[in-house]
Amino acid sequence: MSVRYAALAAAVLALIAVPYVISGQYYVNIASQILLYAVFALGLNILVGYGGLVSLGHAGLSGAASYAAAYLLAHGHGHAVAIAGALAAGLLTSAVFAALSLRASGISFIMITLALGEIIWGLAYRWISITNGDNGISVSTRPAPFGISLASADGFYNATLVLFLFSLAACAIFVNSPFGAALAGTRDQPRRMNALGFHVWMIRFWAFMFSGLLSSVAGILFVYYNQFISPQALALTASAEGLLMVISGGAGTLLGPVVGAALVVIVKNVVSGVRFDVSGQMGFADIVKFILNGLFQHWNFLLGAIFVLIVIFMPEGLVPGTVRLARVAWRRANRRKPSAAVPAPAAEQKP
Amino acid sequence: MTALAVKGLSKSFGGLRVTANVDLVVQPGERRLIIGPNGAGKTTLFNLITGELTPDAGAVLLFDRDITRTPSRDRPHLGMARTYQIITLFPNDTILRNAVLALLGLSPLRWNPFATLHRQQHLLDEARAALARVGLEHMADRPLAETSYGEKRRVEIAMALAQRPRVLLLDEPFAGLSIDERRDVRMLLAAIPRDVTVVMIEHDMDTALELADRITLLHFGEVVCEGTRAEVVADPRTREVYLGE
Repeated sequence: MSVRYAALAAAVLALIAVPYVISGQYYVNIASQILLYAVFALGLNILVGYGGLVSLGHAGLSGAASYAAAYLLAHGHGHAVAIAGALAAGLLTSAVFAALSLRASGISFIMITLALGEIIWGLAYRWISITNGDNGISVSTRPAPFGISLASADGFYNATLVLFLFSLAACAIFVNSPFGAALAGTRDQPRRMNALGFHVWMIRFWAFMFSGLLSSVAGILFVYYNQFISPQALALTASAEGLLMVISGGAGTLLGPVVGAALVVIVKNVVSGVRFDVSGQMGFADIVKFILNGLFQHWNFLLGAIFVLIVIFMPEGLVPGTVRLARVAWRRANRRKPSAAVPAPAAEQKP
Repeated sequence: MTALAVKGLSKSFGGLRVTANVDLVVQPGERRLIIGPNGAGKTTLFNLITGELTPDAGAVLLFDRDITRTPSRDRPHLGMARTYQIITLFPNDTILRNAVLALLGLSPLRWNPFATLHRQQHLLDEARAALARVGLEHMADRPLAETSYGEKRRVEIAMALAQRPRVLLLDEPFAGLSIDERRDVRMLLAAIPRDVTVVMIEHDMDTALELADRITLLHFGEVVCEGTRAEVVADPRTREVYLGE
């Protein structure tokens, strides 16, 4: 356990150090993006990983919060009002989503959330008097909580980091709580949970609301990060991307969605900007560079290829998959040791 | 006062009458055995009693309280617990965690998203005590997936008993067990105190016969006969149902 806490402390320190170590606004902004998408993925993971309810409409929840904030700011309200209104809009939308979609589970649940997400997208696109349609709404300023300006890349990163750490801690507390255990129970054996006296629907409803709260926080961060919101942010692809973050990193694990968010954001932004110089001679190295350039340019294709590899080699996701492979390697290394003093089953113990 | 009463209970799936005007009265502390061949409607009757199915007609009374319209999730809170014929447990969790979930189902703590479950010492102690009753406390921390079928059956019973039910419904507790496992489960059931009323379905008459005070024979969803062990065994209709004419 102490090793785990030490690793956690080191990771937090590394995250705090990011603006000091990395020079250049561009990469600090990328780090902010990773963290805000991580908050979104953490929220989705509560439902997908712990509740067994796959949602394809979560961009509608964060989008409702984003639009509420942008609308209130555009109409001259302060940041406090905008943020409070955004949380209220996000939670209200979540409650409506939950009430309608929790009539079903499995494939039907996915389809209902997809349809609801599309409705929110349609509203953003067509309700022009409120949303300004395809042109979106611009946000001129970022808030300055406690007098600290978030206008700079570093300032915004720090604020995002604080909210990310809060979200991660909230998830950790939630999944280890009695309620979290009840939610996981409804994922594995809903009928049995009902027969044991649990209110399966109500458990799922409150889990949906917690998920919606984190989505709303991510939506607020999103609109302040971009200082702009348009229907594109609410599209089905945005919901699907969140789902890919959760599944590729490891659904039902705390750190999986964070790793997944990092993977998607890095491939999308950083890798797509990398270009190798190809000399005209077309040797082997040049051909490799040429292919990589093509892959990097079409980041969608690269992301797809990475997901295929994850599904083949680590179907449980990157985080649990890596833990499993590390455990296998550790066991093998122990077995090869010639000394008979270490009994083999010692490797069975879980950390 | 009766522990469990069923009055004129009926249920059809399409044109098939699975439960047809069934009456059942079980006294407090009684051990009632419900027998019948495959498809007699035994499990359907249980699902109607626990509320997992809604009856087309009739009423279910628990200690003289009409619970026909009570949602099935509320019935454990009124003192009704059940086990399933097909084992329905949480395979990814430890045995202890399975028992903890059973206790959590009746605890207000189940709504608490802030507390830490593995620090709820009284809950863990109670779960270990429930496992001790079925002789599994030594393997409490083992994942359920790594246990035998007979052990899983005992976990089922431990979870039902952990809820301190007043009426316990056992759906084929001996199904799929070896001879040794059957003996263990039989001793376990015989040790249940008499303040718990037990209603048990068993497909195979011989196994559970000695546990029963009274026996009800179901056939095609109807009660064919009911009485003491000797009466039902001696009844020619029992012979007819089980052996054909």
